[in-house]
Order: sequence, then C-alpha cells, then structure tokens
Amino acid sequence: MCLAIPGKIMSISGEDPLERTGKIDFGGILKNANLACVPEAKIGDYVIVHVGFAISRVDEEEAHKVFEYLKEMESLDELREPGP
Amino acid sequence: MKYLDEYRDADLARQYARQIARITTRPWNIMEVCGGQTHAIVKFGLDELLPKDITLVHGPGCPVCVTPLELIDKALAIASRPEVIFCSFGDMLRVPGSTTDLLSVKARGGDVRIVYSPLDALKLAEQNPAREVVFFGVGFETTAPATAMAVFQAAKRGVKNFSMLVSHVLVPPAMVAVLSSPKCRIQAFLAAGHVCAVMGCEEYFPIAAKYHVPIVVTGFEPLDILQGVWMCVQQLESGRAEVENPYSRAVRREGNPTAQQLIREVFRVIPRKWRGIGEIAQSGLGLSDRYAGFDAERKFGVAGYHADEPSECLSGLVLQGQIKPHECPAFGTRCTPEHPLGAPMVSSEGACAAYYRYRREAAFT
Ligand code: SF4
Repeated sequence: MCLAIPGKIMSISGEDPLERTGKIDFGGILKNANLACVPEAKIGDYVIVHVGFAISRVDEEEAHKVFEYLKEMESLDELREPGP
Repeated sequence: MKYLDEYRDADLARQYARQIARITTRPWNIMEVCGGQTHAIVKFGLDELLPKDITLVHGPGCPVCVTPLELIDKALAIASRPEVIFCSFGDMLRVPGSTTDLLSVKARGGDVRIVYSPLDALKLAEQNPAREVVFFGVGFETTAPATAMAVFQAAKRGVKNFSMLVSHVLVPPAMVAVLSSPKCRIQAFLAAGHVCAVMGCEEYFPIAAKYHVPIVVTGFEPLDILQGVWMCVQQLESGRAEVENPYSRAVRREGNPTAQQLIREVFRVIPRKWRGIGEIAQSGLGLSDRYAGFDAERKFGVAGYHADEPSECLSGLVLQGQIKPHECPAFGTRCTPEHPLGAPMVSSEGACAAYYRYRREAAFT
C-alpha cells in the first residue's frame, strides 16, 4: 500500500490550490491525483503519486545520477584492469 | 514506463552487484526499512545477486503489518454497524483481528468498501449524507499528507458524517527501536525513499551519529536499491556513518514543506503500539484536538479496546529483522496467505507474504 509511482501530468484543473488536480499518465493508464503538495509542478512534469496524492516532483537532472555513478565506477575499473 | 523501466535494467543491476562485491571485505547486515523495498528485493532476487557477505534484513516498514490487533478489532466493530460505510485500502481487508477480518464482516452484510484514496472516502461521505463514512487511515509519513488532506477538506466543507480511524506510524522512532534492541544486528539502513520525499532527511542525522550507522535514502527500483546497498557498504568498509541521499530525483533534503504543514495542521505525535513490537514512544500520529470531531474511535466509542496478540505468530521478530519469515515454524504450514496468522502474511508488502510468493521452494529445501 506504500506504493508510490511516477506519472506524467497531462492536464491540470481546479482553482483552489488545495484542490488542484492533475490528470496523470501512468504508462497509458490515466488517473487523477491531487497536486496541492507540488505547487511547482507543471503540465509535462513527472510527479510521484501515492494514494491519489502527488508527494514529490521528479527532478530530471537528478534522475540520471544513478547511471552516471555506475558509468564512473565501471570506467575506473577499466583503468585498473586494462582489457586484453 | 519512464522513471521505472530504466531502473530495472538487468545488465546494469549485475554491474552494480559486481561493484558491491569488489568493495566488500567482511560480512555486513543492512536493513531495508520499507516493505515496498522488501517486496522489490525478493521479487527481483536482488539479495541473490549480492555477495554472500551482505545480508539484507527486512524491516518493520509495512504499515499494514504493524497495525496493532486492537485497532483491527476497532475497525471490525465500527464496520459492523448498519449506518456505517467503512472505507479502507484493499490490503487491510484480510488482516486477522482477534476473531474475524473485514472481509468476513463484508460477507455478513457490512458495508465495507475498498478505496484508492482517502479523498475518495470523503467524496463518498458527501454523496451519502444519511450514512456515516469512516476511513481506516493506515500508513507511514508517505500516506499522512493524503489522509490529513481528507480531514482538512472535510472540516473546511463542514462534512459531519465523515470520520477516520487513524493508525498512522512514523518511521524514525521505529528505526531507533530496532537499534536499541540488545539483539540488534543491523549495521546500516536503506531509509524509505517515499517517507523521506515527504519528511526530508533531517531526522536521520542524529540517528546516524548516535548509533554510528550509515543511513542511505533509497528508492524502490532494483537499481535504486543496489545503489543504496553499494553506498552503505562503502561507508561501512571505510568506517563512516553518514546520511546520504542517492534518491535525489524524488527526495529533497528538506522534504515537502506543504505536505509537512498539512500533517502538522491535522495530526499530533502520539505514542503508538506496533503489532508484534509493542508500544514505541512518539511513533504515531493521532488527530489533533482541533480535529477531534473526526476521530472515529470517539464517535463510535471504541477507544478503550484492548487485545492480546496470538503467541504463535512471530511477526515481532520478523519485523525487527531477528528472524527471516521461513524461520517461523508456522510459515507455509499453519500460516499461508489464504489462512494468515499474522499481518506480514497478508499484506503484499509483508515479508512473510513476499517469501511465500517468491521463495517457497527455496525456503522449504
Ligand atoms: S509466517 Fe505467519 S505466523 Fe509466522 S511470523 Fe509470518 S505472519 Fe506470523
């Protein structure tokens, strides 16, 4: 039940900041989510949604870090053990 | 799906595992706090990719599993009332109370409904003014902003036939409880990423310093978890005990201020009993005095309930990482998902259910 998954904001409705609601695309499945806690999120952004409630906006730049880390470590390895 | 599939790449996962093996020189016990992480670890077999020296210990991070028996009994009493529409997340329906479960109450005619969001329960209350709508508010800090919002909006709109049975729990006090146990064998934590998305990382600095444990804020996909393990091992091997946040695509150091404000507005911190573990000080959220009118325990007079837990279920030891699920004598025999003795066998994030689903053969050989 703690599952929270990233989805893309397709549209936003609602005047009251507390009831700001987004239509969120989860890989083809559309669901509504309350956007009150991610006031900075715009159409096209990805947000992490838990029980119909967006708790965080996904930071594109930070999202690559996990891969860069690995690349760095692997290239260090290659320096250490030069291939045949 | 973007931000999911790329973090499940099997080749990259093996590269991470290789890097972890390269830096590991000694045995280490690392606890993943969140049940969602436990589920991913067992489902993707991440523990089997890791070197033998690394043991992943499954923590107390399944809110369904730690909801105390008496709260389930309270839910059952409220749900049995004819005027009530009782709303809950699906996982709670089969959790055994002292004598029955919500699904059986429903089968006997109780109006028990599964909702996706607490806000849906509020909508139901507005659509059914002649009924009492009660939401079973279970969850960690991740869920608290949504339940707080439902209560906040109900108050704002003057919805009187809505109330909540609150069973919210907080993660950092549970980590401290695990670390304070004399039998504790945990040397590092993968902190629950989505709890931190809401609450930020500040609470973990004093814990890391006091108990000298690395705490790495970790996401839920295979690469996130492996990166978390890698960072824990690196700290352990070099004798460091710091808070690190590789899940920065979702977690800012300060967390989500709007969500925290909502939580503070509606809830207050209270002691709470954890199933199988006992009472932990300052480890739960209850409705604050201003919102006491939305407290289902008061509304339906069930606040005084008490229940003793069955002795056969060893969930307390499982939830504190002192035994693995298949080491419980009832596992897979007297306790199965069809006939659960304890909550960890019911919830999809419970460690016992995860082992039953993905590890039965291995556990039995
Ligand atoms: S296997 Fe069943 S009885 Fe044993 S600890 Fe898990 S839930 Fe409890």
